[in-house]
This record gives sequence, structure tokens and C-alpha cells, in this order.
Amino acid sequence: MSDPMFDVVVVGAGPAGSAAALTAARAGRSVALVERGPHPGSKNVYGGVVYGRVLDELVPRWWEQMPVQRWVTRRSTMVMTDRQALTVDVRAQAWGGPPYNGATALRADLDGWLADLAQEAGAVLVPSTVATGLLRAADGTVRGVRTDRPDGELSAGVVIACDGVNSFLAKEAGLFGGRTGARHTSLGVKETLALPREVIEERFALRGRDGLDMEILGCTRGIPGGGFLYTNLDSLSVGVVVGLDGLAACGVRPEELLADLKAHPSIAPLVRGAELKEYSAHLLPEGGYDTMPELAGDGILVAGDAAAMCLAAGVWLEGVNFAIGAGMYAGRAAAEALARGDTSRSGLAGYRRLLEDSFVLADHRKLRRAPGLVFSERMQQRYPALLCDLAEEFFRVDNPRPKPGLRRLLRRGAAAHGVRLHHLLSDALTAWRSFG
Amino acid sequence: MNAEYRGIDFEDRMSTVDFRLSERAHISVDAAVCRSCTAQVCVHACPAKLFVPTSDGGILFNYEQCFECGTCYEVCDAEGAITWTYPDGGHGVVFRQG
Ligand SMILES: Cc1cc2nc3c(=O)[nH]c(=O)nc-3n(C[C@H](O)[C@H](O)[C@H](O)COP(=O)(O)OP(=O)(O)OC[C@H]3O[C@@H](n4cnc5c(N)ncnc54)[C@H](O)[C@@H]3O)c2cc1C
Ligand code: SF4
Ligand code: SF4
Repeated sequence: MSDPMFDVVVVGAGPAGSAAALTAARAGRSVALVERGPHPGSKNVYGGVVYGRVLDELVPRWWEQMPVQRWVTRRSTMVMTDRQALTVDVRAQAWGGPPYNGATALRADLDGWLADLAQEAGAVLVPSTVATGLLRAADGTVRGVRTDRPDGELSAGVVIACDGVNSFLAKEAGLFGGRTGARHTSLGVKETLALPREVIEERFALRGRDGLDMEILGCTRGIPGGGFLYTNLDSLSVGVVVGLDGLAACGVRPEELLADLKAHPSIAPLVRGAELKEYSAHLLPEGGYDTMPELAGDGILVAGDAAAMCLAAGVWLEGVNFAIGAGMYAGRAAAEALARGDTSRSGLAGYRRLLEDSFVLADHRKLRRAPGLVFSERMQQRYPALLCDLAEEFFRVDNPRPKPGLRRLLRRGAAAHGVRLHHLLSDALTAWRSFG
Repeated sequence: MNAEYRGIDFEDRMSTVDFRLSERAHISVDAAVCRSCTAQVCVHACPAKLFVPTSDGGILFNYEQCFECGTCYEVCDAEGAITWTYPDGGHGVVFRQG
């Protein structure tokens, strides 16, 4: 076979793809970064928070360059019922200074910035181009991609599939094996709502570039999922994420769930008067570790959402950091395999080892039971109500009757919400194993 | 519930999104299969409301304001009902915020 046009072809200029292209280009490899949108970020939607620590390895002092809306100095987790809400609110002013923790950012800005870094390192961005299939050698080894451009074949030593949640390339490469019909996917719908900067700062008790990141459980009419509310400079990102099976079964439209959330007594005052700037929707893989495909095949690696490396587990809604980490290691493993002249599945096996040694697979393995727990009926319907009742009763001042003890309240609440003590214990144990 | 938030008309909602229209329909739906589908979950699950039931039990589908999310393709259980691809490069939805 003739020499390939590129050492590496990366498909998808999301966070995973740009990190992969950047790393491979820095290692001296020729790289094409194929993106179907007219520019990076144009097809992408997320909640809005990036945890940037992973960038330390890629971009020194990244916080001086990244297109940030606000630095997250406040993280809230809320559980709610129709008429109640209980919030755990963490404020950490240290997160508002270097080396920073989380930031809100718009995908149009963030993805553009990451792709620019890859281009500065020498990668060639090929936008407005869909990779429509894989090129293979006679023995089945992946040797590049076909695109929808005329004469659009791009041959490569290694293909890195970073084509996101619907990854057709990972499927075509057979990396998902015989597993079909596993529908561990959620739909996220989001509204970006314009509000003046001073109003946001006053409403959310923020100053300067400080920001709030809020995750919500119990706001989805019992459909497994959750909600979020994040602050940008002069807009809010509000959304709901629901499992597709639950959505299919329930007959409710996704934007109605979002309207519910916005009308909730604890959320309505926060979004009052805000104007809809953009409505958007996107899928995310929610199954975690146990639903990941094979990560390497002959001539191909898969990274990011394409490999289900998204963590959707209640207090966490993260994927960009995992995508950047995985892309970075995929780029490195591809460059090393090319240098050794072995891009077979075993030649590319270094990728998995790099991931195992990093937070990417370590966190996912540790949290493998978290999606099951968080998406369980008890966690979705019973516990939020139980917790809210418990708090409401505990803080109610009901004299001259004597105050009830917590133990009695718990027993009463558990009975009222059909929670059995042994379930509570076993869920607590699962939670402890995952989060502890 | 507060009418102020319920009040966003769906067309107004969709008018906040930019689309670069492609001549080619990137998704197509087999009306014959849909007519014998009882669940029609695509109708309420599609976040862009692109599936509309017709009086004769069928489905009308319009690809033009599609988010390219994949929901319809994932929730539809009927073999061969939906042919799903991405629009040609550079076309389709263009999110400005994301
Ligand atoms: C509603 C929602 C809320 C979320 N909230 C957060 C959050 O707050 N924080 C967080 O960290 N994560 C969040 N996530 C998860 C996060 O968005 C993803 O994990 C992350 O974007 C994955 O990055 P990626 O590069 O793997 O894939 P993507 O960002 O999806 O990028 C894939 C790219 O590939 C391109 N592409 C696809 N197919 C082709 C093809 N055939 N040819 C050419 N190009 C192609 C696409 O256009 C796209 O640019 C959220 C996700 C959703 C849906
Ligand atoms: S697209 Fe699928 S779910 Fe929708 S009506 Fe047709 S067969 Fe039924
Ligand atoms: S891909 Fe998403 S937006 Fe497009 S028709 Fe299907 S469900 Fe609707």
C-alpha cells in the first residue's frame, strides 16, 4: 500500500479530537483534524462547566488563555420535589484564583480555542467535512476515512475516532462488539437565558468573575435524570438531562420538563425576566465504565463520548475533562505506535495503559456503579422526597409540641415514601463504595 | 405553574437556533412503517418537534430544523423506519453558544 497522506487522522474537533490532534502534532506527526461543522463547536452542546485541571499537562497556565465566562467558586447540589428543595451549597473562594478548579465556558468559544491550539501545533483542520466511513486494508486494518468531499479519501497510519456520542466510526470498526441495543444514552435539552451581568451577580451572590454551578436531582417527574443551572457572564445555562428509555416511556416533551424546572418555586426567582437566547439539545452517554467499547483496534483508537467516557452521576456531570484526557493519551499512544512502526491493536495498546494510569479510567472504574445508583427509581423518586420531608420536618418549629428526633423522622419518612431500611443501607453502601 | 415560562411558543423557541439548510434530507422516515407503529414515541421525544402525527395514523417528518441529536433514531424500535445520517459537511444546525 502506498504511503498514507497523514500519520494521524482525527475525526471530530470536539475536546477529545483537538486534544488528540494537538498531542500527535506536538510529537512531530502530520495530522488532519476532520470536523463536520463549519467550525469547531458549531454542532456541540453541553451544560457549561469545564474542570480544567487536566489541561495542566497540555497548556501551561491555561487559565490565562482559555475563553472563560466565570470561575466556579460556588457549587450547589439540590434535591427537589414539586414543592420542596434541599440544597447543599459549597463556596470555595480559593477556586477563584490560580490554578483554578472549574470554569463556565460556551462550547463555540471553548472548542474553537482548543482546535486553534491543535492548528498552532501543526494539525490541519478540515472543517465542513463528514467522515462517512472507514478505509481498510485487505486484512481489515483501518487505513483512513472516507469523507463526503469529492475525492475525499484521507489515508492515515492511525485513525482516532473522536466523533462523539453517536460514533458511527467506533461502531463500524466493530469496537462495540456484539453489544447492541444497549441504550445507555440520555438527552439533554438546554436554554441559554440572557440576564444582565449585575442581575446575575446580585441574584447568585457572586462578584467579578465568580460563578455558580448547580446540579439538581428530582426535577424530572421521576424520569431518570437530573437538571443543571450554571452562570455565564451575562447569561444562564439551564437544562434537563433524561434517560432515553424513560423519556420514550413517559410521553412528556423534553422542553416541558425544562419549563417545569424553571417554574419550580426555588428556580423561578433565579431565572425571572431572563430572555431565551438559544434552545439546544444533544445526547450524552451515561452508562459509564461498563458500557465502554474496546478502545483500540488495528489502526484505530476511540476517545471521549465516542467511547462513552462521560460521567453523568448525580452530583457530577462531566465529560469535557475526560474527553481532553483521553484525546491527549490517544494522540500520545498513536505517535508512539507510529514511531515503533506497529499500529496494530497490540501496537496501540499503550493507550489503554495510559488511561488506566490516569483519572480517565480510574475515575470511571471507581464510579462504575454510580450511574446505576443515581438512575435508580429510589434515587430519582423516593430519596429526594424523603430528604426534603426530613429537612422540612426537622426545621419546622411546631411548639408547643416537643421537637421530634431525627431517628423518628427518618423512620416516619421512610415508611411514608416506601423506602425499606435495607435498601437505604445497601444504597448507602454502594454510594460509599463509589464516592467514598 | 407560572404562565410566563410556559408561554414560549415553540416556533419562537426554534427561531433562536441557526440552521444552514441542506438540499438533501439527512434523515428520512418510512411512512408505511410508521402507520403500523402504535407507540410513535418520536412525536414527543424529538426536542425539535419534527415528527407530526397525521389523521390517518401516519407520520409527517421535516428534517429542516434538526438538532442532529440522534434521539429519534435511538428511541424508535421499528426496524427500518428511520434512515439517519448527518447532513453534508457544513450544513445543518449551527449552535452559537452550545
Ligand atoms: C446536555 C449536556 C450537558 C453536559 N454538561 C457537561 C458539563 O457541564 N461539563 C462537562 O465536562 N461535560 C458535560 N457534558 C458532556 C460533554 O459535552 C461531552 O462529554 C464532551 O463534549 C465530549 O467531547 P468529545 O470531544 O468526545 O465529543 P463532542 O464534543 O461531541 O465532539 C464530537 C465532534 O465530532 C464531530 N463529528 C461527529 N461525527 C463526525 C463525522 N462523521 N465527521 C466529522 N466530524 C464529526 C462533531 O461535529 C463534534 O464536533 C454534557 C453533555 C450534554 C449533552
Ligand atoms: S419513526 Fe419510529 S417511533 Fe416514530 S412513528 Fe415511525 S416507527 Fe414509530
Ligand atoms: S435527530 Fe434529534 S432533532 Fe433531529 S429529528 Fe431526530 S430527534 Fe429530532
